[in-house]
Amino acid sequence: MAATITEKIFSRTCGKDVHAGDVMMVPVDGAMIHDITGPLAIRVFQQMGGKQVFDPERVIMLFDHQVPADSIPAAENQAYMRQFAREQGIHNYDIHEGVCHQVVMEKGRAGPGEIVVGTDSHTCTYGAAGAFATGIGSTDMGFVLRFGALYFRVPETIRIEVNGEFAPFVGAKDLILAITGDIGADGATYKALEFGGETIAAMSMAGRMTCCNMAIEMGAKAGLVPPDARTWKYMEESRAVSPFRLLSDADAEFCEVREYDAADLVPKVAVPHNVDHVVDVTEVAGTRVDQVFIGSCTNGRYEDFFAAAEVLGDRSFSPDVRVIMIPASREEYLKVLRAGLIERFVEAGALVEAPCCGPCMGGSFGLLAPGEVSLSTSNRNFRGRQGSTGAEVYLSSPATAAASAIAGEICDPREVG
Amino acid sequence: MRVWKFGDDIDTDAIIPGRFLTIYDPGELARHVFEGTRDDFAAQAAPGDVIVAGRNFGCGSSREHAPLALKGAGIEMVIARSFARIFYRNAINTGLLPLICEEADTIEEGSEVRIDLEEGVIEAAGRRCSIEPVPGFFREIADAGGLVAWARTLEEVELCTGSRS
Repeated sequence: MAATITEKIFSRTCGKDVHAGDVMMVPVDGAMIHDITGPLAIRVFQQMGGKQVFDPERVIMLFDHQVPADSIPAAENQAYMRQFAREQGIHNYDIHEGVCHQVVMEKGRAGPGEIVVGTDSHTCTYGAAGAFATGIGSTDMGFVLRFGALYFRVPETIRIEVNGEFAPFVGAKDLILAITGDIGADGATYKALEFGGETIAAMSMAGRMTCCNMAIEMGAKAGLVPPDARTWKYMEESRAVSPFRLLSDADAEFCEVREYDAADLVPKVAVPHNVDHVVDVTEVAGTRVDQVFIGSCTNGRYEDFFAAAEVLGDRSFSPDVRVIMIPASREEYLKVLRAGLIERFVEAGALVEAPCCGPCMGGSFGLLAPGEVSLSTSNRNFRGRQGSTGAEVYLSSPATAAASAIAGEICDPREVG
Repeated sequence: MRVWKFGDDIDTDAIIPGRFLTIYDPGELARHVFEGTRDDFAAQAAPGDVIVAGRNFGCGSSREHAPLALKGAGIEMVIARSFARIFYRNAINTGLLPLICEEADTIEEGSEVRIDLEEGVIEAAGRRCSIEPVPGFFREIADAGGLVAWARTLEEVELCTGSRS
């Protein structure tokens, strides 16, 4: 029977034909916990009678939301998790490596055909590696740590077909914002989003991660890109994986198919206070910005900073804007550093911080005062997300963010670049 | 049971803002529930009150602090036209009952409601609305009082068997 990638992944794991709509207990290949959601998962694991996690090799932890510890309670939570990692023999990347989703990808902790869970809603990022990856709560994770499995409802799939070439200064973030605007904040609830077509095939792993990352902003359970030569090459950098075919069958049943022509896209902006309130940048151009954040699991990779640097050229950022730039991982930080971009950004007036979630999570630093406006390359613009509920957050690509940081107001990167 | 009425797309950042995520105690989280977006809630919500909301309640972050904060405030049920997936599971797992009611929009702020789970109806201001039954496997967990209680009865799990939804 014809199957989607998602159905094939669950069938492969279970060793039998599994179809959308099936509800079953499925073993997981990997699990990730971080400093915000981890302590509760550990407590739940213990309350469930857990003594030893199901397989310490398949569990990782790291700290990225409040690092270095920004309060005594945060320090206590991290100390509690470190102790658990030592007792259990779990690999703890601690504060050394960066934002969880970037690190999971870099370290090869999610691979094609695998089922991976994480206590963070943006776990769907690993679909860029061809994994079925989904965010879960701490109690579900306690169960996973105890039993190595979780109840899943195998989701239906929405296929997103993208063809054509992006215009200059338009890219993966503009595409995924456009899709989010069309599908809506709950248009993909409990479904998988599968991205395909020639544009996705030509897209870098960084761009694919940006697309899969935001699947949750449409309510999706997972976002997936069929693994191809680029995926297998990316995997080689962290671990040996033998390529195998993992594509939806031509006659697989999709609950919806949407087609996009990348050439038609222009820079997009999500306006306050919903991620699916998406407009062309020209509609909000001229809006004053007080802070610009370039970073996060959505857009914190070398390619994103390169795009920002291309727009910046030898100019300076507006003195009226606080520009905060945070590469998503140590590896990405090093790439940006070695390319000389950090020097350029600092000269231009930016603060370049060490890898972490930064202002995106709205609890650590870079918070906004009432009445302030932020433009951010992250994934959420909910009221209060980056500080005061009286502040406003806009979302865009790194190119649009850089152009706006130069102008001091939301600005079309095609005008500046 | 007093109704606290909310709109569409109530996200988990609104339910409990990011700066309170080092807290795990439901009672303490409840002091900050809806802080900045609906400040009267934490002060005035009484045990047994219910939240009635529109579409996509609980969207956004996977933080379980959100259902815990609501439970800490004495809320036992949230009635909405629809729920975001992770929140729905987190609510079931932590013993907060998420109920889907297509006509939730017709229930008014401050009204007194009566909920009959056996019958699957909500009565508000003389009007009866039907509640969708909680799906089979979620009901088992909800009936046990949450996933911890349900899991404590298990020695091991039976893999890759299940049902159709």
